[in-house]
Amino acid sequence: MTRIVEKSILGQYQGARITRFVITAEDVALKAKPGQFIMLMVKEEGERIPLTVVDTNKKDKTVTLIVQELGFSTKLLGSMNVGDSLYALVGPLGHATPIQNFGEVVLIGGGVGIAEIYPVAKALKEAGNRLITILGSRTKDLLILENELKAVSDEFYVTTDDGSHGRKGFTVDVLKEILESGRPLPKIVYAVGPIPMMRRVAETTKAANVKTLVSLNALMVDGTGMCGGCRVTIGSESKFTCVDGPEFDAHDVNWAELTKRNQVFVEQEKHICHLGRV
Amino acid sequence: MRKEPVKVREVEAEKRVAGFDEVVLGYSEEEALTEASRCLQCKNPVCINGCPVGINIKGFIHHITQKDYKGAYFTIREKNNFPSICGRVCPAEYQCRKACILTRKGSPFASDNSINIHFLERFTGQMGINNGWMVPSETSEDLSKFKVAVVGSGPAGLCCAGELARKGIQVTIFESLHKTGGVLRYGIPPFRLPHSILDFEIDYLKKIGVVFKPNSIIGKGKTLQELKNEGFDAIFLGLGAGIPTFLGIPGENLGNITSANEFLTRANLMSAFKFPDYHTPVNIGRHVIVVGGGNTAMDAARVALRLQKMRGIPLDTTLVYRRSEVEMPARRLEIAHAKEEGLKLKFLVKPEEFIGDANGLVQKLKCVACELGEPDASGRRRPVEIKGSDFELDCDLAVVAIGLKANAILPKVTPELTTDKNGDVIVDPQTMETSIKNVFAGGDIVGGEGTVIEAMGMAKRAAQGIINRLLAPTSGTNLENTKGVGYANKC
Repeated sequence: MTRIVEKSILGQYQGARITRFVITAEDVALKAKPGQFIMLMVKEEGERIPLTVVDTNKKDKTVTLIVQELGFSTKLLGSMNVGDSLYALVGPLGHATPIQNFGEVVLIGGGVGIAEIYPVAKALKEAGNRLITILGSRTKDLLILENELKAVSDEFYVTTDDGSHGRKGFTVDVLKEILESGRPLPKIVYAVGPIPMMRRVAETTKAANVKTLVSLNALMVDGTGMCGGCRVTIGSESKFTCVDGPEFDAHDVNWAELTKRNQVFVEQEKHICHLGRV
Repeated sequence: MRKEPVKVREVEAEKRVAGFDEVVLGYSEEEALTEASRCLQCKNPVCINGCPVGINIKGFIHHITQKDYKGAYFTIREKNNFPSICGRVCPAEYQCRKACILTRKGSPFASDNSINIHFLERFTGQMGINNGWMVPSETSEDLSKFKVAVVGSGPAGLCCAGELARKGIQVTIFESLHKTGGVLRYGIPPFRLPHSILDFEIDYLKKIGVVFKPNSIIGKGKTLQELKNEGFDAIFLGLGAGIPTFLGIPGENLGNITSANEFLTRANLMSAFKFPDYHTPVNIGRHVIVVGGGNTAMDAARVALRLQKMRGIPLDTTLVYRRSEVEMPARRLEIAHAKEEGLKLKFLVKPEEFIGDANGLVQKLKCVACELGEPDASGRRRPVEIKGSDFELDCDLAVVAIGLKANAILPKVTPELTTDKNGDVIVDPQTMETSIKNVFAGGDIVGGEGTVIEAMGMAKRAAQGIINRLLAPTSGTNLENTKGVGYANKC
C-alpha cells in the first residue's frame, strides 16, 4: 500500500488542474530512471493508469508524480489528499531514456508532458549536454516546472497558446526557428506532450533530419507486456509501448493510428465522468 | 446393464449468459456416489497414465464409493494441491478421461461414456473446502531455516509455494499484478473458476505461512541477485506465458481489435463487466469475431456473448478457426457450453486483413476459406488456402486468441538465465533448476503454453528440486530444454 506524503496544485485554469504528488514507493524510488513510469490504482475498483516518474527520493523512499486531472481516474487521484492510501502501485516500468553526452539537445515539453521532460533534462545536463528547452502550455496558469527547467537549461523558451506568458504560439514555432537559423543543428530532440504537438515536432525534425525521441502515452491495462493494448506501429513493426517503449524514434511513429487508438474508450470516459462520482 | 454417466447440473444457457456466475454447478453427494460407482476399478488403471501428475484416480474414486471423502481428498492431494481448481479447468477429455478404458479406442478425445473424473475431483475438492481439510505440514528443523522466493503467483507459483511451505520453509510470493492468482485470475473467467475458489486456495497458503507481495515486478524492481542478497536461499520462477501473439495481418492495429489477454484482463481481473462501478472500460461490438481455437479463444468468445447480453445487444459472436472442429485444442466441454450460449463457429477460415472505417475502428474482417491438407508438425491436418475464396465478415470488435509467448521482462535483464529460441527458460528436467544455481523454474515459462495441471506438475518437481538443493548445496545440474507433456494449446 502506498501513501500520499505531499500534494500541491501546480497549475489551475478554468477547471483544468495539474497536481503534484509525492508518494511512498520503495522499489520505484530505489530503481526508477528518467523516462520510466509506474502503474497506479487509486482504489481497488479503479483503473490501472500509467504515470511518469518525475522524481525520486532514495532516502525517503518516495517518488514524485505530476498529473493533469483530465479523465475520471486522474480526477479521482486528484481528489485524494496527504495521508490517504492508494490501492496499488507497481514499477518502475518501461525503458529508461538513453542518457549520454550528445552535445546539444533540444527538449520540448507541452502541457503535463513538461513533467516528463524534467527528469530527462536533469540527467542530460549532468551528462554534460548543452540544453535548449522549449516549454509550451495553453496558458500561463497551466505552465509547470518553469523555474526548475530554466535552472538546468542553457537556452530557455516558453510559449503559450493564448500569449499570456512567454511568446504566443506553439513550441514547434520556436523549434522551427532554431532549426532554420543556420546555427549547427542539435544532435537530438526529445519531445513529450500532447500527440498533435509531438506529431508536429516529428514532421519538423524529419524534414531537417534531426533524430527525435518521443515518449508515447498509449492506453494500457497491465503495463507489463501482457495485454498489447498499447501497441503502436513503429516503422513497419508493431511494438508495445509499455515494454518496448515508452520512448520511440518520432520519425517512425504512425501518429494517425495512435491518435485513433487512444480514442476507443471516449464514450465510456464521458459516461463515467458525467456520473459525478469524484 | 451398465449405468449411464451422471450429467452434471449446469445453469441453463439463456440464464447464465446474462452474467459471470459459474456455469457448472457440480455433483451432489448422491450424484457423485452414482458416478463413482460406474468406475470399473480396473486392475490396470490406465486413466492414471493420462494424468500429467499421476493422481491415483482409481484410489480416490474408490474412497468416494465408500463415502470416505476425506480419504478421497487426501488421495488427490498427494499429487495435486488444488483439486477444486483442477476439477474445474483441467482438460480432462484430453487427459484422464481420454485414457479411461470406457473411451472408445482411437477417439481424439474422451467418449461421453468415460468416467467423469474431473467432476468427481471437483466434488472431492469442494468437500475439502467445506470441511476445511488441510494436509498436515511436515515441518523439519533442517528446512525451516530456509527462505525461498517464488516469482509469479499463477498455478506454478502457488503450487510450488504450497509444497515448500508445508515443509516449513519460509516462502514469499512476488506478483507483478495487484491481485494474486496469475492466469487463474486475469485469464480464466469467473464463470469457469469463481474467484471465491481461487481465494480459498490462496488463503490456505497464507494460513500455512506463505507471504504474498503483489505489485512486485521482479527484474524491474528488485533483481534476482537482490533477492539473494535479501537472504532468499533459492528462487522459483513461475513467470508464465503472458505475452500475446498477434496475426501479423494488415489492419490489426485498428481500434477495437484486442488480444484475448487484454479483453479477458479487462473483464476478469479489472471487472470491466461491472463498469462504471469498476472503472476499467471494455468495448463490445454488435458483430464480434474471435480468432483462434484454444481455451483462451473459447473464454474470450463466452465473455463477448455475456457482454453483448448484459448491454442489450442481440447475440452475435463468431469464432473463426483455420482448421476444423475436431482439431480445435479447446476443451470439448467449453465448445459445447459456448455453442449452447449462442456462439457461432466458422471453421476452415483464415483471417487475411482487417478493414477499418474513417475513425480507425475495425469494420470488417477479410478472410479466405481453407481445406485440410497433409498433417503438419503437430500431427493435425494443415489448413491450405483455397485460392479465390476470399470473403468478408462484419466485425466491429475482434479478439485475437492465437497463443501466448513467455514473459520476457525478467529473462531480459538476467543474461545468466539461459532461454531457448522461444524465450522459454531452460532447466534440468529432473530438478527444474535453471542455468543459475539455486534458481528453479516451472510452468509455462519452461514448457511453453500448457495447462494448469502441467504447470503444477512441474512446480511440484521443482519444489522437490529446491528441497534437495537446500539440503545438498554442492550437487551438479543437468541443463536441458524440457517441453510440457501431452496437451498444449496449439492453434
